Formats: sequence, structure tokens, C-alpha cells
Amino acid sequence: MVSTASRIKLSVKDLSIRYGSTVALEGASFDVRDNEIFGIIGPANSGKTSFIRAINRMDEMTPGMEVRGDIEFNGKSVTDWRNLYALRSRIGVVFPLPVGLPMSIYENVAFAAKLRGVKGKADLDEVVERCLTRAALWDEVKDRLDSLGSLLSGGQQQRLTIARALSQEPELLLLDEFSIAVDPVTTMRIEEVLKELKQEMTIVLVTNLTQQAQRLADRTAFFLEGKVVEVGDTRALFKGQTKDPRTTHYIEGRFG
Amino acid sequence: MSAPQSDRLDDRIDAAWIWDRIARAVIFIGGISAIVFVVAIFVFVAKEGLAFIFEKLDLGFFFTSPEWRPAQEPKPEFGGLALIAGTASVTGLAMLIAVPFSLGVAIYIGEFATGKVRETLKILVELLAAIPSVVWGFIGLTILNPLIIDVFDVPVGLTVLNAGIILGLMAAPIMTTIAEDALKAVPDTYREAAEAMGATRWQVIRQVVLPSASKGLVAAILLGVGRGFGETMAVLMASGHSINIPTSPFDSARALTATIAAELGDTAKGSDHYKALFSLGILLFLVTFVINLLADVLVRKGASDRS
Ligand SMILES: Nc1ncnc2c1ncn2[C@@H]1O[C@H](COP(=O)(O)OP(=O)(O)OP(=O)(O)O)[C@@H](O)[C@H]1O
Ligand SMILES: [Mg+2]
Repeated sequence: MVSTASRIKLSVKDLSIRYGSTVALEGASFDVRDNEIFGIIGPANSGKTSFIRAINRMDEMTPGMEVRGDIEFNGKSVTDWRNLYALRSRIGVVFPLPVGLPMSIYENVAFAAKLRGVKGKADLDEVVERCLTRAALWDEVKDRLDSLGSLLSGGQQQRLTIARALSQEPELLLLDEFSIAVDPVTTMRIEEVLKELKQEMTIVLVTNLTQQAQRLADRTAFFLEGKVVEVGDTRALFKGQTKDPRTTHYIEGRFG
Repeated sequence: MSAPQSDRLDDRIDAAWIWDRIARAVIFIGGISAIVFVVAIFVFVAKEGLAFIFEKLDLGFFFTSPEWRPAQEPKPEFGGLALIAGTASVTGLAMLIAVPFSLGVAIYIGEFATGKVRETLKILVELLAAIPSVVWGFIGLTILNPLIIDVFDVPVGLTVLNAGIILGLMAAPIMTTIAEDALKAVPDTYREAAEAMGATRWQVIRQVVLPSASKGLVAAILLGVGRGFGETMAVLMASGHSINIPTSPFDSARALTATIAAELGDTAKGSDHYKALFSLGILLFLVTFVINLLADVLVRKGASDRS
């Protein structure tokens, strides 16, 4: 019992997400295992972002968003967490559009560390350098850590957002189309980092680039029009060993 | 390429281009005339008061003496200290009340209240802002005055305290509205990003929302200060209007603006008294100018500190 519980990071049970009469996700059930990269692919409006937002209960700040069913995080339903902030601090989120908070680059990355009580300058310095390095941004900003985070270029802000998520030292990292604003070379560098990070955390990777899922994900889920069509071993799926022909169609780019 | 398409791409002066020119001209004239009016007002006030300030007014006496006896014969006295102290103390007390009050309400409306509560509060605040100042003065005179006498057991209730409270209540709604606009201008993505990291609502407000709204919040406060300096009627009615350097909130006082309003009608145009009142106007003008300049510097400094 204990061993199986520790092997499963997220357990999604009959999850449905609605915005008024719009159904974003319906009847989703699957598990995300510890220390895997779990890819989610699917066309626009398939409910990928909505799923990500439900995990750390962002529905509570989204007017009209209604979540039914259950998501268990470490075996405990996320809605059972009384201290929502403690739950969220264990989950790092990277949104599709980068959000540099209106404070210095340094403060952006030190923010989460300060929230969890890290005080010493040396400790904070260490967190900032380590996270920026991992997000492949350190070299570009190390001489201007005091400048405003929101003044960086789009791609730099996205990496800043990734550094910020890492600074939470999360157990679970949710990446929603992180490479949308990042150039291909930097994307590759970040992908290498993600492969390493897998040792320390579980990663859910939503991506519009099926190739990216193929490169990174251990297992992949295919979302389509609010339904989870299938979840399978990434390599098998990309070899065409799918349960549903629509998955193959999508992977091969033969879609609408 | 087909003919109609090349027509469209032609470098032609079309209706949109003409309208653009017209709109630019109208906006330019509007902008220029605003500047012209301000300059004209300044020139008028300066013309009436400046010569007097340099030729007749003893500036040392003006800033150190509370003796304001502009109609005294044969030698009138123009000491402005009591009036300056009156305006400063009333405005200061008003801000002590209005700043926390308006920022608190703005944060509540902008960050916590939702739906009906929020809409109702906003309407209420706007209604308060629409109350004319003479009504506020009336409230000071008829409600606050006896209340202060009763509660604090003092002989007069038309005091710095009275005028300060009235002015604070008067300035708070507009300050709240401006402050709330400033909070609303902070993108929700900031709040979302910070909350997603596990920051509490209060941490988000304190560390993300307020700093990025600081410009607008400073503007709101300064607008309140400006309102305080400039307000006339309510202060005239509630302050007691007696020439006196207030040493406690329970002293009566007299404001610069109230002095101008109360005395200008009794003076002969061109007389020393008349000109002295205009020099008070110049002083008010200068103070407002300095406050705005200060605000500008503060805001710029805040921005460059963070970039
Ligand atoms: N805040 C919202 N309010 C109302 N409807 C929403 C909201 N967010 C998403 N939706 C709706 O939910 C459905 C799923 O959207 P979602 O953002 O989850 O899709 P997605 O798979 O992330 O798409 P994309 O690949 O374009 O990012 C869509 O029909 C969308 O219109
Ligand atoms: Mg999305």
C-alpha cells in the first residue's frame, strides 16, 4: 500500500471541468507516476490547460470554472488540503505566456524561497544562481540581476518563469507549452535540464509539439475535445501502437 | 496582380487619411488650449499678486508672523503663518484619516470583494464623491460640531479636528476611486503567477500588487493632498475660521483658501488687501506645483530603483 502510494504522484479520477455550459474536460481518469515526465498532447481546446489549472486549484481564482471528480496528490485529494498555499508551494507551474513579476530578476527567483522562510543572503544567492543556471538564463542576466524582470525579452521571461518555478523546489512541475516563446536552441537546452530534473521531481509537460513529447515524455496522454483518448508509453504510441486510431492520426499530423 | 488589388495598394489620399489629419488637428488644438488656459490663469494671478509680493510684502514677516490684519488702518499687517499653519494642520489631519481609509477600502473593493458587494460599494463610493462641499461643511457645522463638544467636553467644536475629519471624508472617495483604478491596472496574470507559487492573498497584495500599483497609489494620495489644500467651503464652515496657530486639534484655525473666499468680496480691486489675497493664491499655486513635482520625482525614483 505504502509503496504503491509513493509510486503514484497524481491520481486523476473521473475528472470533469466546466465553464458554465462549456465542457473543457470530461470523465478523465489516469495516473501520473513519481519521477516521470508525463506528456499531454492534443489540439487546441482539448482541455489541457484546464487540467493543469485544476491540479493546484486555480479554479478557485477563475470565475465560472467548475471542477468535479478528484485529483489525488500524493494519495490525498487536492481539495482535502486545508492549507491551499502549502499545496501550491509544492507544485511549480509554468504558464504558456511568460509572466515576469514586476520586481527585479533576483527578487523574482528569490520570491518562493522567501515565502518558505529562507532568509540569509548567501542562501538566497545560492537559490537564485542555481535556478537561473538550470533555466539556461544565468549567463544572460548575471550582470543585471537588479533590473526589472518584466523588462526581459519574451523568451528570457519564460526562462525566468521556469527558474521561479524551480526555486519552489517543487515535487511536481507543471509545464504548459513552455516553449511557445522560446527559441529552438534554448528550448533544447531546457529540454536537457528537464531530463535531469526528472531525478528530483515529477513533470507534467503539456505541449503542442508532438516531437517534444516524443523526445521527453516517458508516457503520454492524448486529449481531444475534452476527453482523454488514451494514455500510453510514449515510445509505443509513436511507433503506432495505439488503442485508438485518432491518436495515430494526431501524432502523424493527419488531423483537421 | 489584378487591377482592383493594385488600386487598393495605391499611395492615395483617402478618407481615412483625411480623417486622421482632422482628428490630429482637433486633438492638438484641444491640448494646446488646455496649456494656454493654465498659463493665462497663472499670468492673471501673478499680475495681480507678484508686484505686491516684491514691492510691499515683507516676506520675512509673512512667513513668521501670525498677524493677519489686512484691513487695519493706518498700517495693515500681512502675516501668513497662521493661515499656512491652518491649511497645513487641517490637510495633515485629513490625510491621516483619508489615506488609510481610502487605501483600505480600495484594497477591499479591488482585491477581496466580489459580485454584488463589490458593485454596491463602488456605487456608494461614487455617491459619496458627488456630495457637494457645502453639504460637507453643513455636516461639520450641525453634526460634528455638537458631537465634538459632547464627546471631548470642549467649548467649541469648529476646530482643526472637525475640518480635518470633514476634509478626510471628502477626499477619501475620490482617492479610493483612483487607488482602485491603480489596483485594477495590475494584470491578473501577476496575481495568478504569485498565487500559483503558494503565496497567500495578503502576500500577493503586499509584495506584488501594491508595489506595481505604487505609482497610481501615490497619485491618489497626492490628489487627496491637493484636494485638501484647495478645498474652501467645507473648511471655511468647519474650521472655526479664526486666525490662530493651532497647537492642538481642538483649536480653531483658518485656511488660506477660506481667507481668500471670505475676504475677496470686501476688498476694492487693486487695493493692497486685494493684492495680498492674490499673493496667497500664488502661494497655493506654488505649493501645489511643488507637491506635483515631488510626486513626479518620487514616482520616477521608484521606477528607476527597480529597473
Ligand atoms: N477562463 C475560461 N472561461 C471560460 N471558458 C474557458 C476558460 N478557459 C478555458 N475555457 C474553455 O475550455 C475549453 C478548453 O480550454 P483549454 O484552455 O483547457 O484548452 P487547451 O487544450 O489548453 O487549448 P490550447 O492548446 O489552445 O492551449 C475551451 O473550449 C475554452 O474555450
Ligand atoms: Mg492551453
